[in-house]
Amino acid sequence: MAYEKMTQDGHHGPQVDAVSGVATTGHAWDGIKELNNPLPRWWLWTFYLTILWSIAYWVVYPSWPLVTSYTKGLFAWHSREAVEQDLAALKTSRGAMMDKLAKASLAEIESTPELLTFARALGKPAFGDNCAPCHGAGGGAHGYPNLNDDDWLWGGKLDDIALTVRHGIRAGDAEGRQGSMPAFGRDGMIPRPDVEAAADYVRSIAGLAVQPKADVARGAKVFAENCAACHGEAGKGNRDLGAPDLTDKIWLYGSDRAAIIEGIWNGRGGVMPAWANRLDDTTIKALTVYVHTLGGGEK
Amino acid sequence: MVRARVAKAGSERGVRLPSRPGLSDMAQTITSQKNMTFGEVGAAAAFAALAVLSIVVAAKAYTPEYAFHAYLFAAGSLWAVFKILDRYYDRPADLPPLEIAGKPNYSMGPVRFATVAAMVWGIAGFAVGLLAALQLAFPVLNLDLPWLSFGRIRPLHTSAVIFAFGGNVLIATSFYVVQRTCRARLAGDIAPWFVVLGYNFFIVIAGTGYLLGITQSKEYAEPEWYADLWLTVVWVAYFLVFLGTVMRRKEPHIYVANWFYLAFILTIAVLHLGNNAAVPVSLFSPKSYIVWAGVQDALVQWWYGHNAVGFFLTAGFLALMYYFIPKRADRPVYSYRLSIIHFWALIFLYIWAGPHHLHYTALPDWAQTLGMTFSVMLWMPSWGGMINGLMTLSGAWDKLRTDPVLRMMVVSVAFYGMATFEGPLMSVKAVNSLSHYTDWTIGHVHSGALGWVAYISFGAIYCLVPWLWNRKGLYSTKLVNWHFWISTIGIVLYISAMWVSGILQGLMWRAYTSLGFLEYSFIETVEAMHPFYVIRAMGGALFLVGALMMAWNLWKTITATEAAAPEGQPALVPAE
Repeated sequence: MAYEKMTQDGHHGPQVDAVSGVATTGHAWDGIKELNNPLPRWWLWTFYLTILWSIAYWVVYPSWPLVTSYTKGLFAWHSREAVEQDLAALKTSRGAMMDKLAKASLAEIESTPELLTFARALGKPAFGDNCAPCHGAGGGAHGYPNLNDDDWLWGGKLDDIALTVRHGIRAGDAEGRQGSMPAFGRDGMIPRPDVEAAADYVRSIAGLAVQPKADVARGAKVFAENCAACHGEAGKGNRDLGAPDLTDKIWLYGSDRAAIIEGIWNGRGGVMPAWANRLDDTTIKALTVYVHTLGGGEK
Repeated sequence: MVRARVAKAGSERGVRLPSRPGLSDMAQTITSQKNMTFGEVGAAAAFAALAVLSIVVAAKAYTPEYAFHAYLFAAGSLWAVFKILDRYYDRPADLPPLEIAGKPNYSMGPVRFATVAAMVWGIAGFAVGLLAALQLAFPVLNLDLPWLSFGRIRPLHTSAVIFAFGGNVLIATSFYVVQRTCRARLAGDIAPWFVVLGYNFFIVIAGTGYLLGITQSKEYAEPEWYADLWLTVVWVAYFLVFLGTVMRRKEPHIYVANWFYLAFILTIAVLHLGNNAAVPVSLFSPKSYIVWAGVQDALVQWWYGHNAVGFFLTAGFLALMYYFIPKRADRPVYSYRLSIIHFWALIFLYIWAGPHHLHYTALPDWAQTLGMTFSVMLWMPSWGGMINGLMTLSGAWDKLRTDPVLRMMVVSVAFYGMATFEGPLMSVKAVNSLSHYTDWTIGHVHSGALGWVAYISFGAIYCLVPWLWNRKGLYSTKLVNWHFWISTIGIVLYISAMWVSGILQGLMWRAYTSLGFLEYSFIETVEAMHPFYVIRAMGGALFLVGALMMAWNLWKTITATEAAAPEGQPALVPAE
């Protein structure tokens, strides 16, 4: 043991540690002793330096609380003003284009290359932060429409898109989109066998394979009596009501028999929020143009 | 039968009635009559009352989850009453003596229990952490089960590693160190067991509460009012046992490790009471409302939160360092003067640093300034501990080659130094504007938690187990070496992944295009994190593997057949 090398034994009185040549404090706890080394100079001076730096910082910036106020610092710096300055600088960096964008109509934005580039630059992060959680990076997911294609439930013209973005779908906004698919089965309007027959009929008009035992004729009758009012005689859909075209290859909730039966039985009614109260009008215009130019916008 | 049990219990406590004529004579003269102590009567009565109250609460509870907790309290209380009485009937008439033949009769039972509990909770906590890390990389792993959702798993992980693993390490080592360095038996007879078992009961209530969705949503202080009250009682008992032992000491001075333990226990009590000041909705409801509101609540929360780091994870574990490193290295502590100065500087400055968690928020600017400057001033006081830890090795550096346990503890001090430099750096507002809310914070926390807290704990446990179970040494030093390297690679993977991901995240959030718009949407920054989340999970998995190897090694050590006086720590008396 290193302690045995010490000059003295016993509990009390300073001893000299043979390895380092430094005296101990003279105490021992469970065999542990302590050397009487001084504070390292670099440590002490760095500590003093951080204290001096802190005092200097207190002089410059708001720091110590007083009874009803606080020390304001040399330049009366305030974080709220700093944010305002940052926002003003950001506004300056965007230049006059922001005002032009605010004043221009949707059609003017699209026809002016400079404005279109600017609007898309604003629209892209706005889409990512507000729309992508449901619509994905444009691709959509189960129950959320794909915005890259040219199949539109409520219309794909600039004004159609703007209205949908501003007032939402089934979002409780009186000016928004209202149509909904009733729960025909659950609410007792169509009995189960007829629901299944209607599903088979819908698959048949979409050009999908139908089960051998399917009663398509019965399904056609059910469809004509219950579904055609919104989806049309031929099942081509109706944009005024947001009723989808049932004859194309695009299916919001899937095209398998079970998914279609589920839709007829329980109804459908996905919600899109009304963004007019959440985003400023210029951002909504930029978003409209961004979505319109994703690939499927209609003239 | 009863007599045999008495004899067995007696020899277990180190009072060897038949084999030591002198002692047994003495015992016979004193033990004319056997009475319950005041503590036994009081504790049994208190637990009986708690059992009745718990059953009433369980019957009238507003929610099934709360009723479940009330039944746990009832079952625990009844078990405690039974154990107190059973122990009374089994024990000799006299309580264990404070000294046997002039040497302290140490009480190591509670230390052993807490040591095993630390290891068990540690592995559970690391495993849940790995699950949380995997969920961040692959969200589908929440399996659509409410009790496995990230929001419940995350506090389960943080509380399990900090309070269940870390807390048991602190209780075990503090009870060990305070006895050895004061040459005094733990104060109290039932009290040390109440502290250890009561604390672990709190852990069970807290952990099951998170899974069932009971939380007051305050970080590191999620348990609801009734768990907080229970912990308060346990903690006061802990404080009294520790203080009572210090006051009973045979050494003229109090060793530095005990200053740190005392600062930790006392400050945590104050923080716990301040931050959990709440009004319960009803005795029969688990819900309560915190008395603080708005930004005051945020400030109190981070005054608590940062000092949980400062006094639980720093001061407490510095106490471990001050005992186990000089002990293992067999060298004197480098500088007594440094230990005094850095102790008082550390505890004075730490308590102010909390507001740096609330930079650029509604917290007034002056409070943010104070939080930042006190954090910067904290840099050197923190490093005082690192210097004292590392420099204690001077003259013994060669031991690092052959002793992986000492190597683990020295690396932990190095991680401590790194984390306590990074902390003040991140508290500077300019740096914080980049680092705040990013994974950099997670990396910082884990360099402290894995590198410092867990490593110094592993080192201490590797030292303690052979000492506590009277084994010559560990089952396998080679396995410790494997544990060291596997978990070190794990820590490095974890921390570096979080640094890169955090800085990338911060830079992406603030990137603007030339037209003056945000370059990335939030979702794109989330996608960019994915590879780093996978690397982080790999690092966590390695750390868990290392801990499992450690548990195996300790198990083999404890169950080894040969018992011998451990090396470097002669057993003074037969273990209790």
